[in-house]
Amino acid sequence: MDSQIYEKLTAIVGEKNVSVSVTDKITHSYDATQEMFLPDAVVYTSSTEQISKVMQLANEQKIPVLPRGAGSGFTGGTLPVQGGIVLVLTKMDKILDIDTENLVAEVEPGVITAELQRKVERLGLFYPPDPASKEFSTLGGNVAECAGGPRCVKYGVTKDYILGLEVVTPQGDVIQTGGTTLKNVVGYDLTKLFVGSEGTLGIVTKIILKLLPKPEAKKTMLVQFDSIDGAANAVSEIVRAKIIPTTLEFMDKSTIGCIRGKSSIPLPESCEAVLIIEVDGDKSQLDGQVEKIIKVIEPLGVVDTRIAVTEEESEEIWSVRRIVSPSLKKVNPDKFNEDIVVPRSKVPEMIRALEAIAEKYNVSIVNFGHAGDGNIHVNAMVDLKEEGTAEKIEKVLDEIFSSAVGLGGAISGEHGIGTSKAKYMSVGLNEATINCMKQIKATFDPQNILNPGKMFLN
Amino acid sequence: MSKNKTLHDYEEVIRACVKCGVCQAHCPTYQANKDEGSVARGKIALAAAIIDGVTELEDRLKEDMSMCLMCGSCVTKCPNKVPTHEIVGAVRRQVTDDEGLSFIGKSISTLLGSKPLMKTLTKSGAAVSSLFLKKLPETSGLRLRFPVTLMKDRTLPQVAFRNLFDRIPEFVEGLDSKPVVGFFAGCSITYVYPEIGEWMVSILKDMGYSVYTPRAQKCCGIPALSSGNGKLIEELSANNVEAFQGKKIEHIITACGSCNSGIGEYYSSMDGSDDDFTDKVIDFSIFLKEQSLFEKLADMEKQQNAVTVAYHDPCHLKVQGITKEPRELLKLLPNVNYVEAEGASYCCGLGGTFSVYHYDTSKKIGARKMEGLEDSGAELIATACPGCMMQLQDSINHAGLKVRAVHILELLAKALKLEARKVK
Repeated sequence: MDSQIYEKLTAIVGEKNVSVSVTDKITHSYDATQEMFLPDAVVYTSSTEQISKVMQLANEQKIPVLPRGAGSGFTGGTLPVQGGIVLVLTKMDKILDIDTENLVAEVEPGVITAELQRKVERLGLFYPPDPASKEFSTLGGNVAECAGGPRCVKYGVTKDYILGLEVVTPQGDVIQTGGTTLKNVVGYDLTKLFVGSEGTLGIVTKIILKLLPKPEAKKTMLVQFDSIDGAANAVSEIVRAKIIPTTLEFMDKSTIGCIRGKSSIPLPESCEAVLIIEVDGDKSQLDGQVEKIIKVIEPLGVVDTRIAVTEEESEEIWSVRRIVSPSLKKVNPDKFNEDIVVPRSKVPEMIRALEAIAEKYNVSIVNFGHAGDGNIHVNAMVDLKEEGTAEKIEKVLDEIFSSAVGLGGAISGEHGIGTSKAKYMSVGLNEATINCMKQIKATFDPQNILNPGKMFLN
Repeated sequence: MSKNKTLHDYEEVIRACVKCGVCQAHCPTYQANKDEGSVARGKIALAAAIIDGVTELEDRLKEDMSMCLMCGSCVTKCPNKVPTHEIVGAVRRQVTDDEGLSFIGKSISTLLGSKPLMKTLTKSGAAVSSLFLKKLPETSGLRLRFPVTLMKDRTLPQVAFRNLFDRIPEFVEGLDSKPVVGFFAGCSITYVYPEIGEWMVSILKDMGYSVYTPRAQKCCGIPALSSGNGKLIEELSANNVEAFQGKKIEHIITACGSCNSGIGEYYSSMDGSDDDFTDKVIDFSIFLKEQSLFEKLADMEKQQNAVTVAYHDPCHLKVQGITKEPRELLKLLPNVNYVEAEGASYCCGLGGTFSVYHYDTSKKIGARKMEGLEDSGAELIATACPGCMMQLQDSINHAGLKVRAVHILELLAKALKLEARKVK
């Protein structure tokens, strides 16, 4: 990096917050995709003003800037693929306000999702979006990727809770979108535009979130089915019975095969699908809901039903879900983790399509995820050291994405596009739509300095 | 050939890191600093870069590698169980092998000969510290933990006037029907809190055991491990294994989480380790449970004036999965009302020699526990590691709470109405 630029950066954020050492470049070169690209400099910021100045400098000098939170994304959103400055926001981690009268919170982008949840829950409030990474992901990252999670069946995803943002534009201007009120129709809804923009349009420096009252209680159950159709029909029947569970997580036959014998809850051979169902709400209503669920799913090939009474039993049920990821590596060393989404009624059809693809290409595909909203985590497990695997996996992924889109779904439900899925943007989006998005990007960031090389192929 | 593992021995597990970032939620130094160099994932990436020859042991890298408590909190939650604490230990040893002991700073270089230390001490006028150190053997880990405590606001432990070895016989005879057990006291119990050692021996004797506390035992080696001094660990492990050869014993009991992990877990990872020794190492809480003391306690009636007590998980026990037994023990005590404090499993921040050269970060880590402790309403915070006790009391004092850090054995001895000084 040019020493003059380095000097200017240190003048903005202080010497100890700028580094061009190999060590810092290495530790800020990756995310959960495991790909690595070395940046030219690493900068830690502590205020909107600093970020504004860094952006002015970067825009003037045409230096790429990569906003970074926990670096836990699955699609390369924070990777410095064209070098530049990795701008780290983790130290901007203050909860600025929790307004218990208006049920609104205001936070800095570096606040950890679960940290906010614990704080508001102590006050009897609730922030529902719960990505699997919530214990370490930042809310800024959640906004950038529009993170989802198991609870979104009932409560929706990150975009449904963002009322307003403070954003630094690629030119260094500080703009406000939305506000603290639930209603606000002044001008374009820029808030929604920034949520899920993957750090390509602006850097979020403040977030205004909507909160809910915390549900009084919850109840968790694990149901084993003799077929995936049974589990999928159970989802439809539950919804038809006018019950929207908090979560409806499923595991298919291949997933169960990976964890059989490892879970404290026995999963017999006859079990080919598992649903973890959680309902929440007023204590007085939960037993009735559970009874109703048991009744409507009874004819659908239920092998076993387990209802958690204590917190420990509920934990035991969730531990079945949690041992899935670590067990996958044993199938094959290399994992291609996709998060396609289809209308929930199409889940069985999608699973059958995946089984057909697995058979056609002789690849292990393990599927689990959020049955309630049709978001399926598809894990193609391969060994890239085997000859021809790389080419094969390309074809497998092409077919998976086409099938999902063919069923009325999309190629990503919650992980985003980043670098990993950029080349698949055209599956499901026509050219005019992509061009419209590109024009938006060009309007906000004409010099293409903010998170370049993401979402669109250059 | 070193008996300690080298960085290259860890190559396979280093490659097993999938960079998911889960460690961020569990790493005390990351929580305090919020930078990627502090967290396990960053250190693994650096370790891989060293192996691949992408980077050298530059100062910035050494700084990052020093920013680790080696508490193992990340390991228990890592989906692939990458042993970052061991990997960091290997990198630190590589640094000290290459460059001598300068890595951790001047204070640590005083380890084997104390001349430079004394010089620094005289310069700083830290008279208390120098007195503190005079009473300690040269290889004691306490020298590493509190070498030149120039930190003015640190609550320094006082070295006891008479150490444990002056207070108890080397061999205490019990019933003929019961076997002989060894007691590995460790530096903190021997020199700072000898009463804990006395309680331990009294309790064991009361249960009928003969107790052998060999005088030849030395530091377990955890502070040396933390400071990258592989050679010293080798010396200490050889010495300690030898020290317990004096009598035929069935168990080697520890009352210090760090010592337990040092003489058990770590020694067994060394080349040519002595299974006969390491297999015998057992934490007091597990031993007492296995020997049915818990049943006796369960029969005792709860006292009216029982004191409210919370527990702190020493990292060195937590990572070995020893979390239930100490709590069970506390809950059974007739003189204790047990409360679970939020954040009981957070690290206290001491971390071998960590608090010496990163006292500010160490304080921040310790402070994280205080809100949960205060909310719990506990009058005492009990733990199973004297190192944690020192650090907890320091954090408590900074937070201005009226809580005392105690060892579980103090409460147990009270429950059993055993007086420390009466071991014969």
